[in-house]
Amino acid sequence: MSGDRPSRRATTLDGFKVLWVAIKREPVLFTFSTIGSALFGVLTVADAWVLGWSTDHVLLPAFDGEDVGVDLMWAVLGLFVGVAILRAVGIVARRLGAGVMQFRMQAHTRRAVTRRYLALPMEWHQRHPTGELLSNANSDVEAAWSPIAPLPMAVGTVVMMVIAVIQMFAADVVLALVGLLVFPAVVAANLVYQRFSSPLMTRAQQLRAELSEVAHESFDGALVVKTLGREQEETDRFARKAAELRDVNIRAGRIRAAFDPALAALPNLGVLVVLLVGVARVGSGATVAGDVVTVAYLLTIVSFPIRSIGWLLGEFPRSVVGWRRVKAVLDTTGSLPYGDRRLTPSTRGARLVVEGLGFAYDPEQPLLRDVTFEAEPGRTVAVVGATAAGKSTLTTLLSRLVDPDRGAVTIDGTDLRDLAAGELATAVAVVPQSAFLFDDTVRDNITLGADLPDEDVWAALRTAQADGFVAALPDGLDTRLGERGTSLSGGQRQRISLARALVRRPRLLILDDATSAVDPEVEQRILAGLREVSTGSTSEGGSTSEGGSTSKGGATYAGPTLVVVAYRKATIGLADEVVHLADGEIRDRGTHAELLERNADYADLVNAYETEPEAVAE
Amino acid sequence: MSGMSTGADLGAIETLRRGVRHSPELTAGIRVTLALAVLASAGQVVVPIAVQQTLDKGIGAKGGPDVAFTLAAVAISAVAIVLTACSSYLMTSRLFTASERGLATLRTKAFRHVHDLPMLTQNTERRGALVSRVTSDVDQVSQFLVFGGLLFVVSVGQMLVATVVMAVYSWQLALVVWVCFAPLFLSIRWFQRKLSHAYTVVRQTVGALLSAVSEPVVGAAVVKAYAVEARTQQRIDAAVDANMAAQTQAQRFTVFSFSLGGISAGFANAGVLLVGVWLGTETGVDMTAGKVLAFAFLVTLFVGPVQMGTQILTDGQNAIASWRRVIGVLETPADLDDPGEAGSTLPRGPIDVRFDHVTFAYPGGRPVLHDVDLAIAAGRRVAVVGETGSGKSTIAKLLTRLMDPTEGAVLLDGTDLRQIRQESLRSSVVLVPQEGFLFDDTIAANARYGRLDASYDEIGRAADELGLGDWLAGLPRGLDTRAGQRGESLSAGERQLVALLRAQLADPDLLVLDEATSAVDPALEMRIGRALERLMAGRTSVTIAHRLSTAEAADEVVVVDAGRIVQRGPHSELVTQQGSVYDRLHRSWVAQQGIIDA
Repeated sequence: MSGDRPSRRATTLDGFKVLWVAIKREPVLFTFSTIGSALFGVLTVADAWVLGWSTDHVLLPAFDGEDVGVDLMWAVLGLFVGVAILRAVGIVARRLGAGVMQFRMQAHTRRAVTRRYLALPMEWHQRHPTGELLSNANSDVEAAWSPIAPLPMAVGTVVMMVIAVIQMFAADVVLALVGLLVFPAVVAANLVYQRFSSPLMTRAQQLRAELSEVAHESFDGALVVKTLGREQEETDRFARKAAELRDVNIRAGRIRAAFDPALAALPNLGVLVVLLVGVARVGSGATVAGDVVTVAYLLTIVSFPIRSIGWLLGEFPRSVVGWRRVKAVLDTTGSLPYGDRRLTPSTRGARLVVEGLGFAYDPEQPLLRDVTFEAEPGRTVAVVGATAAGKSTLTTLLSRLVDPDRGAVTIDGTDLRDLAAGELATAVAVVPQSAFLFDDTVRDNITLGADLPDEDVWAALRTAQADGFVAALPDGLDTRLGERGTSLSGGQRQRISLARALVRRPRLLILDDATSAVDPEVEQRILAGLREVSTGSTSEGGSTSEGGSTSKGGATYAGPTLVVVAYRKATIGLADEVVHLADGEIRDRGTHAELLERNADYADLVNAYETEPEAVAE
Repeated sequence: MSGMSTGADLGAIETLRRGVRHSPELTAGIRVTLALAVLASAGQVVVPIAVQQTLDKGIGAKGGPDVAFTLAAVAISAVAIVLTACSSYLMTSRLFTASERGLATLRTKAFRHVHDLPMLTQNTERRGALVSRVTSDVDQVSQFLVFGGLLFVVSVGQMLVATVVMAVYSWQLALVVWVCFAPLFLSIRWFQRKLSHAYTVVRQTVGALLSAVSEPVVGAAVVKAYAVEARTQQRIDAAVDANMAAQTQAQRFTVFSFSLGGISAGFANAGVLLVGVWLGTETGVDMTAGKVLAFAFLVTLFVGPVQMGTQILTDGQNAIASWRRVIGVLETPADLDDPGEAGSTLPRGPIDVRFDHVTFAYPGGRPVLHDVDLAIAAGRRVAVVGETGSGKSTIAKLLTRLMDPTEGAVLLDGTDLRQIRQESLRSSVVLVPQEGFLFDDTIAANARYGRLDASYDEIGRAADELGLGDWLAGLPRGLDTRAGQRGESLSAGERQLVALLRAQLADPDLLVLDEATSAVDPALEMRIGRALERLMAGRTSVTIAHRLSTAEAADEVVVVDAGRIVQRGPHSELVTQQGSVYDRLHRSWVAQQGIIDA
């Protein structure tokens, strides 16, 4: 995790570099919104000019008693309204353009990042914490493109300032010099403000995340907190974080409270100076009242947008860090290489051969060493071993989520690495211990988009002992599951996950402790159904395809070859052969009865739980 | 969501009123803050007035520009601007301080209240939703109070002051300005409704997006093993596109409502100038060029508030909704009342338990326990068995007072649970739940939830008492080994061990165990069994049993079926009652285990 984390400090230049990526990607939108912003800038200045012009040509002459023509009156109306409308067009172009550009960049990046996630091998996924990968695709993407929103405004402001300065000089050189003092002062004040406030903002953000973690954990452990009467200690823990966040927010607020009025006062004071100097200059005949008004008005209206430059620069640190994290994912290469072999379609179980398998993430600590066994078609092999014996690693190798360092896994004589992409999934299904459910309907969680009739889905649910509770769900197969849908218990999730594997009529089925959270009684019924399937009882592959008498490849489905990782004795009892794994090596192979008899370690392992009450009684 | 008040029925004003009652800091010194706000808003008209005075009496003075007058006017204005800035600083920083203090209090109160809610309510609400009550909901209120709310107060203040000044200069021109802005004011509500809807859609698509993006990460193994990458990508792309479309739509409304302010200002400026000239020349109204120009500056005070108006109203609506939800949590009754000082304290030593005609039903549901009468002598070891849904876990919840009975009473040492001080109850009765939940901290810190002041030595001794010494010694950092989030760095069995260690430190007189159903490594299973054995020694214990072995080892078995106690007695006796519920359960257990041996 620390290896990927960029530690370099973000400079303003880095910020512009990130923006350049976006500009290159969306040049049209950028140009569109920048032109809009420039239009807005020009017209904001024009507004001041219109006011000055109207003062000199209409207002003052009229009050001096001169006859102002109707034409000029219309001109005033037309100028003001015309400028206002064009300015509105500029605003729309700027903000809509910038918004759409930002949203599109977010979409581009999210698509690219998730494509990498799908392509990168399992091994890479295992090395990166889930939370980190999720924030790479969500908050980091948002942070990376956050400066796009204020970008055109900032560019437009620069245009506006340049024009304003030119116009001031055109109006009166001396008054313009006064103005020239105000603008840099406002820019400087903004920068100072950013410097002071952004560390506090970052800290507040971090504290919010920490506060949320405390609340999450505490509510998750509510039963412990409540039954041990630790409510007050938990509240104190939360209150400490809440107080820290409060203090940071108050400090940030004080800084803001100081800078906001200062930023507002600077141009106002500038206007006063302009008025004072203006009176003197009008008195000496150096300038006219209209010019004084123009300069004063320019100062008022241009000062506010200058803040957008501060906003832009303020987003830079977050953006640069976010983009670096995203870039690290995008730049990661590597995927599992595929061959071009295909498996001969068959309805029989597959023949699995595991030959001299070795695997290690860290060469110092091999997880598997020289593992060799085979499973004949339709047979069941149980993998038994203590925690960390290498059982789960073995299942990830059998389903080719990772490739072995040594040896090979072959299915029907073909090395898994020689199979074409997607080919393995047509024959092999794996059910992991922690069931993952998609934010989708029950049906789609089982078919995963494959075009399968409902009878097949129900048949699979029946074998997985899930038909009962699914039928009781509000919308049956159409009930939405997952984070934003109905939540199921751990055992129910495992059963849905099992049905997902069964409905595909796999030729090799790998169960990695896949029924651990299921009630033992229910588990018994599942196992009975599976045994019917795996012993190849010719009755339509057991209950898996009952009702749906369609069969794969025209012939009858004869059930899968089964590899089962299990703790419970009843599950192990299903197996034709048991592979006893310890410290990454095969200790023994044989039937359950043989192993029980000749292998004391195995007997201890398997009998531990059942013999326990007797031991207690003694 | 049943059981948890969402506060949805509260009106905006009522929400504010109750919000303030829950966070009194919010209104502390509010009068001074408001007075400062008036000063700060009034200060905004200094420049327009200075321009008017300078033009009319300085530059336009009879007999040429009057520098001395202008100097005086400018000096007074400068002082006013500085005073404005100062009051603005004081107001903002007071507002920040009051809001943040008030909301920190609100947050903490709500957090505490969640823990005080009966388990019943905690379960019906999703945890995530509860977390957001004390985090993002409060943040939303805070953001609004100090940004939107501040802006709103200042903006409205500015507009009022500007209107007053305009009316003083010329009520006719003030009317012109108001007429120009009227369509906008009238359409704000419409825009705001549209915006509010658009942002609701945005939030929904964000939820869908987060969920879609999590698929290739959280479900990486499934996606790869089932080769459904293409489908997963399609789902993500669809969510990404929907999110982008919703954001664009919301942006469209924001932008249009924003740009209208500028157009209104254009009309107002032109109108003021032309009507001003007409008033000054064609009618007898007292009008000067300076006054007309002052209006141009005053109009700018209108544009900002109007442009921000729709956004502020939308934020305000969301903030009120958030506030309501937090208040909803606080006002959900914690119906398990702690008798406090008035309550009785349990004497230490093994406890005897009595269920006196206890009936329990979830609100609006059928009873899950019917008239249960049960006495357990001090020091006895009882196993409660029954099928899933029989009501056996309800017994554990009533015993630990996670819920109160609907009828009847649960008595410990002859005292009704409801009369016992919470503090005394929690130290005498300890529940070991099915899943050993651990906090993201060290094993020692997790064990200390059992006894806060336990020293390392005491924890080590407790571990030895349970026979866990060598297990701890085998861990990479012993008691300092971190458990990880929800204890996930440890295996399920190891988490159980820490939960038992915690219970041992708590040293209860009545132990209530909800046996785990998940299969764990048999070697660990054996260790857990031994530790449990030692933990139960010398204490009254009630175990909600899922295993034959537990029932066999108990002094007495209580069989629950359909909410009633149907059998009682030692295992050896019950097992001979052919055709009984226990007989059936027993057969099923034997079948599970004997599948190979048979």
